[in-house]
Amino acid sequence: MSEQPLLRVSRLTHMYGDRIGCRDVSFELWPGEVIGIVGESGSGKSTLLSCLSTRQQPTSGLVEYDTADQGLVDVYSLSEPRQRMLMRTDWGIVHQNPRDGLRMGVSAGANVGERLMAVGARHYGQIRDQAGQWLDKVEIDPERMDDQPTTFSGGMLQRLQIARNLVTHPRLVFMDEPTGGLDVSVQARLLDLLRRLVTDLGLSAIIVTHDLAVARLLAHRLMVMRQGQVVEHGLTDQVLDDPHHPYTQLLVSSVLQP
Amino acid sequence: MIHVEALSKTYVLHTQGGISIPVFKDAALSVAAGECVTLHGPSGAGKSTLLRCLYGNCKADSGAIRVRHGDIQVDIASAQPRTIIEVRRRTMGYVSQFLRAIPRVPAIDVVAEPLRAMGVEVEAARVRAAELLARLRIPERLWHLAPATFSGGEQQRVNIARGFAPRMPILLLDEPTASLDAANRAVVVGLIEEAKQRGAALVGVFHDDEVREAVSSRIVTLIPEVSA
Repeated sequence: MSEQPLLRVSRLTHMYGDRIGCRDVSFELWPGEVIGIVGESGSGKSTLLSCLSTRQQPTSGLVEYDTADQGLVDVYSLSEPRQRMLMRTDWGIVHQNPRDGLRMGVSAGANVGERLMAVGARHYGQIRDQAGQWLDKVEIDPERMDDQPTTFSGGMLQRLQIARNLVTHPRLVFMDEPTGGLDVSVQARLLDLLRRLVTDLGLSAIIVTHDLAVARLLAHRLMVMRQGQVVEHGLTDQVLDDPHHPYTQLLVSSVLQP
Repeated sequence: MIHVEALSKTYVLHTQGGISIPVFKDAALSVAAGECVTLHGPSGAGKSTLLRCLYGNCKADSGAIRVRHGDIQVDIASAQPRTIIEVRRRTMGYVSQFLRAIPRVPAIDVVAEPLRAMGVEVEAARVRAAELLARLRIPERLWHLAPATFSGGEQQRVNIARGFAPRMPILLLDEPTASLDAANRAVVVGLIEEAKQRGAALVGVFHDDEVREAVSSRIVTLIPEVSA
């Protein structure tokens, strides 16, 4: 087991004026680990994710990331170019709405290839080859490489967004409701794909979801959020099968069993 | 291999007016390598809860669960989640009553998965998985299908194959034979015997008297806690 966490979060708080976004969140994420963040709408899950991924400056608290050259550093102390570099190389962000993470005006292949070019790839043939391989990995026919994403279905767009994020082999991926808005058969396919990619690539991930079944399938550990605070955390199956906090018990008992 | 000391567990149901259900208090249990200890007692005595506590699936209120993990001892009751995950990956397996089917993953890979997690190569893992599926008499035409559509008994046998595939030093069995016919029960009894022979420590709950008689090195009787 690795002795250094990949991400260390200490007392992270974000306020929207007087209202609490998230409060006093602390945890460590270890290499190869997947953490699920669950809770109802408005519980602060997405705010937390934005603060972790340098998209929203927190009001207080610390987010430290294990960089290749300096070890654990406060991500908000990094210069903007370095933050952007981190986003492009070490991190991936999968948005709930794939249109937020893709460029809809360029071809599917370009959406994937662009990320490679951003980290310095210049050989057109190799970029195209790799883009094709990744389309295949996310089960999009490489024949569709030159098609515009506007001609893709919702499930395909989400898979394309995943390919765009993973092509540069990030170490840490943030996902905000990756299966939200997709119908269940498409969800199952995406979940299976994510599970395989996470295991095969040894990815670390933080996944925000309100779907407990998604959390059970993908996450090693779970944090349950309510009103901006983490009310319970632990091994995923323990939190779901033996919930302690009243809110977690309510959440688990409210799920409809098909 | 396993030492349980002064383990207590109470379920508090906040959604039902906060009532407390005491399950056990100051429970103790020791299991050595090569033996199969059976937990016995009436329904509600906490057999499954104790098994789940051993696996880290249920959180005890107090007490210790010391488990031998390679060269070290880990207290499951107080260990960090990532330590428990590591113990589950290398040391401790669990066969539940029901298979939690993963969409689209074929039966053979469901069984091979714990081996893959230990670092066994894909081909070797599939060979071992096939061996167990064949032994548990799952027809070969089903191996490459996802078990979601299998019958209850078939799913249970896939689950057993998955539990026995990695030859874990510790194996927890929660009514593994519940929905099996006599021939398949006999296969499971054989698997348990072999696990004992190779020095594994097993803890199980078996409702079937015949299976219990056949596999148990010792029987530990649990008595239901009464509400204070």
